[in-house]
Amino acid sequence: MKKEENKPAGKKGFSRRNFLRGTGLTAAGMVVGTKGFAGEFAPAAAPVYGPDEVPVTLSVNDGSYQTLARPDEVLVDTLRERLDLTGTKLVCGRGACSACTVMVDDKPVCSCLTLTMEVQDKKITTIEGVADGDELHPIQQAFIDEDASMCGFCTPGMIMSCKSLLDRNSNPSLDEVKKAVRGNLCRCGTYPHVFKATLKAAERMG
Amino acid sequence: MRKEKFPIGIPGVNLREIEREVPVTEPPAWPINDKLKHVGKSVKRTDAILKVTGKAKYTADINLPGMLQGRMLRSPHPSAKILSIDTSAAEAFPGVKAVYVLRSNMSGAEPKGGEDNGYPEIKYAGQAIAGVAAKDGQTAEEALKLIKVEYQTMPFVVDMDEAREPGAPLVFEQQVEQEETGGGGGGAKGLEQQGNVRGPSTKSFFGGPRGDVEQGMAEADVIVEGIFRTQVQTHSALETHGIVADWKPDMLTVYASTQSTKGVRSEMASIFDLPESKVRVICEYMGGGFGAKYGAGNFGVTAVNLSKISGQPVKLMLDRKAEHLAVGNRPNSWQELKIGAKKDGTLTAIKQESYGTAGIGLGAGVGRVAQAVYECPNFLTEQYDVFTNAGPGAAFRAPGNPQGAFALEQLIDELAEKLGTDALELRDKIDNSVVRKEERRLAAKAINWSRRKKPGSDTGVIKRGIGVAQSTWPRLIDIDSTAEVRMYRDGTVEIRSGVMDIGTGTRTILSQIVAEELGLEPEQISVKIGDTLFPNGPASGGSKVSGSITPAARNAAYKAKQEILKQAAPKMEEKAADLELKDGMIVSKTSGKTMSFKDALKQMRTSQIMTSASREDDYGGFMVGTFISHGDLGSVQMAEVSVNTETGFVKVEKIVAAHSCGRPLNPMQIQSQVNGGVIQGISYALYEDRVMDKNTGHMLNANLDQYKIAFSMEIPDIEVINIEEYTARSSTDAFGIAEPANIATAAAVANAIYNAIGVRLYELPMTPDKVLKALNLV
Repeated sequence: MKKEENKPAGKKGFSRRNFLRGTGLTAAGMVVGTKGFAGEFAPAAAPVYGPDEVPVTLSVNDGSYQTLARPDEVLVDTLRERLDLTGTKLVCGRGACSACTVMVDDKPVCSCLTLTMEVQDKKITTIEGVADGDELHPIQQAFIDEDASMCGFCTPGMIMSCKSLLDRNSNPSLDEVKKAVRGNLCRCGTYPHVFKATLKAAERMG
Repeated sequence: MRKEKFPIGIPGVNLREIEREVPVTEPPAWPINDKLKHVGKSVKRTDAILKVTGKAKYTADINLPGMLQGRMLRSPHPSAKILSIDTSAAEAFPGVKAVYVLRSNMSGAEPKGGEDNGYPEIKYAGQAIAGVAAKDGQTAEEALKLIKVEYQTMPFVVDMDEAREPGAPLVFEQQVEQEETGGGGGGAKGLEQQGNVRGPSTKSFFGGPRGDVEQGMAEADVIVEGIFRTQVQTHSALETHGIVADWKPDMLTVYASTQSTKGVRSEMASIFDLPESKVRVICEYMGGGFGAKYGAGNFGVTAVNLSKISGQPVKLMLDRKAEHLAVGNRPNSWQELKIGAKKDGTLTAIKQESYGTAGIGLGAGVGRVAQAVYECPNFLTEQYDVFTNAGPGAAFRAPGNPQGAFALEQLIDELAEKLGTDALELRDKIDNSVVRKEERRLAAKAINWSRRKKPGSDTGVIKRGIGVAQSTWPRLIDIDSTAEVRMYRDGTVEIRSGVMDIGTGTRTILSQIVAEELGLEPEQISVKIGDTLFPNGPASGGSKVSGSITPAARNAAYKAKQEILKQAAPKMEEKAADLELKDGMIVSKTSGKTMSFKDALKQMRTSQIMTSASREDDYGGFMVGTFISHGDLGSVQMAEVSVNTETGFVKVEKIVAAHSCGRPLNPMQIQSQVNGGVIQGISYALYEDRVMDKNTGHMLNANLDQYKIAFSMEIPDIEVINIEEYTARSSTDAFGIAEPANIATAAAVANAIYNAIGVRLYELPMTPDKVLKALNLV
C-alpha cells in the first residue's frame, strides 16, 4: 500500500484532508507531511486566500482553465466538479487507493490530497491528457490488448502510476511494476493483467 | 419443435453428440468453439478504449444541468429511538434546496408491526436518517450539521456470540422477514425467532435434508469434525453506491450504480407509486458491485425525494465510510461440521450447523457446498441468522459458499489424512463430477502436485505447502432476459438490452454472439445496454448474465438474419433457405452466388429491421421453477503458500484455478474474471476483516487503509485453466464464471497452510497472530 516516492504530502507538506481529518498511519508520506506541516505553513509569506471561492488558473492537459475554487478545495474536486474532467476518480478521499492519481509537473500525486491552490503554477496531466489526440499512449493500448481494465474505475489511476513508471524506467522488471502500482487498489482483480500490460508497453516503447 | 444434434461433454474427455428438441424459432446448433470464428476467441473488450482514456461515464460522473449535490445524515448511535428531528435551520441555510427525512429504514430485514412515530428506528451506527440537496457538496455537508435530532439511546449488541446469549439486547422486538433472492440474500419465510436468533433454515437453493444423518454417522468407520469461523467482509467496490435522480412530471429518470436496472425501476415505481413506464433507469458504466448493488436503497429513495422537492436533478453518492457501514457485507459464520465415512472413503453422513450475522439483515447461511459437492446419502444442515446492531449483509460473490467451502474442504482433507490416502485420490473416489475430475488432473499437473510433502515436513523457518479445494455453483438462468437486434439501411447492426456490463465483459460477448450469427466482425456490432428503455435484461448477479442474455441475443440475431435473407432471396433469384451469411456476404449454398450484406441492407423494404427474442427454457427440459436451471459448474483450485514460522506471515506463491462455464465465450475475459475471484479469495483468506468495537458499536476500520485488502504486492502467480464443457442447454450453451471463481480459494489456501506447518487453522482471516497461536508460539 505504501508509495512514499509518489505521495504528494511527502513532497509538498500540507493538505486539507491530511490536516483536517488526521487520517493516521496510512502512508509513510503522510506522516512525513504532517511533520513538515508546521514548518511550511507558518511563514508569513504564504499567500492568503478566501474564505470564499477565488478565481484560479490551472494548466491541465496543455490547456489553460480559468475557474473558481475554495481555498480548502482539493484538486480532484476541482477537476471533476468544475472542469468536468471526470476521468479522474474519487474513491477513498485519503490517499489509500490512488484512484485519483494525476501528474503534477510529471510526478504522480493523489489529487484527493492535493490542494488546488498549490498547483496553480504547475503542469497538471489527467487521464484525459495521456493520449496524443486520437493516438493512444502505448500503456493505454497495452491495457486494451491485455484486458487490464474490468469495471474500469481504478483504471485511470492505475494507468497514471504505470505511465509514471515507464517515464522513469523504460525497462522495468515485474517486481518494479508491482511496486509502481502498490498504492493502487483494484477490487475487480486486474493486477495480473496490469503487470503484463505494463511490461508489454515497455517492450513496445523499446 | 425440431430436432437438432448438439455437442455435449468435454473435448478430449467425453465429447459426443446428443439430439435435442428445439423451438423452430431458434437457430441451428453451433459446433464446438474450434469451428467458430468469434465465439470462444479472446476478442478485445469493446469498451476498453473508453475506460483507458477516462471517457467512460459512471454514475458518479454524471453532471446534469442544474444538478444539486446530495449528502446524507447518518446515525452516530448503534441503537436508538428518534424522538424528534428539526430540519428548519438546515432548510434555511443558504444554498440548500431540499431536505428530506426518511420515514423508515429501507434495507435489511423488515419488522412486522410495531410502533411508527414517523422516524426510522435506529438499529446500527451509520444508518440513514435524512438527506440534504444543495448547490454544492460542501454546502450540503454544512447543512447536515444543522439538522437537530433528539435520540433516546438504547442498549445494543454488535458481537455475534454476545447476541446469541439469553438476555442480550434485542435487535428486533418483533418477528422479521426479508424476501429471499436468487443470489442468496434474505431468508426463508416464517422461521422461528428466539431472542436475536432466527432459524434454523434447512434449505439452500435446491432440496433440503436427505436421509438419516444419525444413522449415517452410526454406519461410519471414521468421523471428522470441526468448528470453523469466518469474518465479515465488506464489498468495497471502488465506485460507491449512488444515484442521480431527475424527477420530472412526466418521467422519473435515475442514473444508478446498480447491478439491476429493471430491479431499481420496479422498486422506484412501487415506492413512488408510478407506472413502470414512467421510470427510466440508466447504468452505462458501473464501478463494481460484487452483489451489493441492488434495489433503490435508503440513499436512492432520499435522492429521488430531494429531486422531487427541489425540482432539480440530485446526485447522491455515498462516501467511503457509509459504503462500509450501510450497504452490504458478507456475513460472518460460526459453523460446526461433522462428516462420517467408511474405511474406503465412501461418505455416510454430513451434518452442518451454522450461525452467522448479517447485522440487521437475513441471509447469513453458509451455502450449499456441503450439500452439493460430494455424493452422500445422509445430509442435514441447520443454519441460523443472528441479529446484531450492524449494517445489513448483502449477497456477496457466491453468498455463503466461501464460508461453506472453508469448512468442508478442510474436513475432506482431514478425512483423507485419517484414511491414509492422498487428498486428490479421495476426491477422485467420492466426487462423481466428470468436469472436476478433469480439472483435478489438469490442476495437479500445473502445480506439480506430486512434489507435495507430508504436512509440516518442510525444513527451515519458511515452510512451503500445497493444498486443494473444490466448489460447485448452479447454472442460474433468468428467463426475463430479452435482446433486440436492429439492422439499419446504412449497413449498421445494433443490439439492445437492459442488461449491464459491470466490468464482466457483457458488451464484448454480445458483439461476439451477434457477429458470429450474422457473419460480421464484432467491431461492426454496436452494443447498447444498461437502460430500461431497452428490453429487460437479467440482473448482474448469480453468474447468470452469460447464460441468460446470450441465447436471447443469438436468437434475436437469427430472426433478423432470416428476415434479411427473405428479402434478399428474390433479388438474388434464390430461395431464402439456400442462403447463408458469411464474412459480410450473403452466399448461396447451392449456386455460390453472392451479394454483400451491406447491399442487401440498402435494399431493405423498411429503413430498419427490428427483431427480438427472450430466453426460452433450457433445451431438454432442464427447467426448475422460473429462475433456476439445475446442474453444476465445477471448479478446482490449488494453492502453494509459504509460511514464516517465526513471524506467522503467510504468502500465497501460486494459485492454479481450473474452472468450467459451459461454452467459454471469451477466454481472455474469463481469465480476468477468474483472476478477480482468486484475488478476492486470497484477500478474504488472509487480510480482510470488519472490526467492530463492542463498547461503542462502531466499525473501527471503515476506510480503505485499515480495512486491509490485497493490493499488487500480495498478488501471486495465477494460472487459469478453463475447461470447455458442452451441455446442449441453449443456443449458445454459455454460463457465467464470476462466482465459482471466488468460492474455493480461501479453503485451498487453508489446506496449503496446513500442509506447510502441520497445524490446521479454523478461523479466517488467517493472519500472522493466528498462525503463531496455532504453532503455540504466542
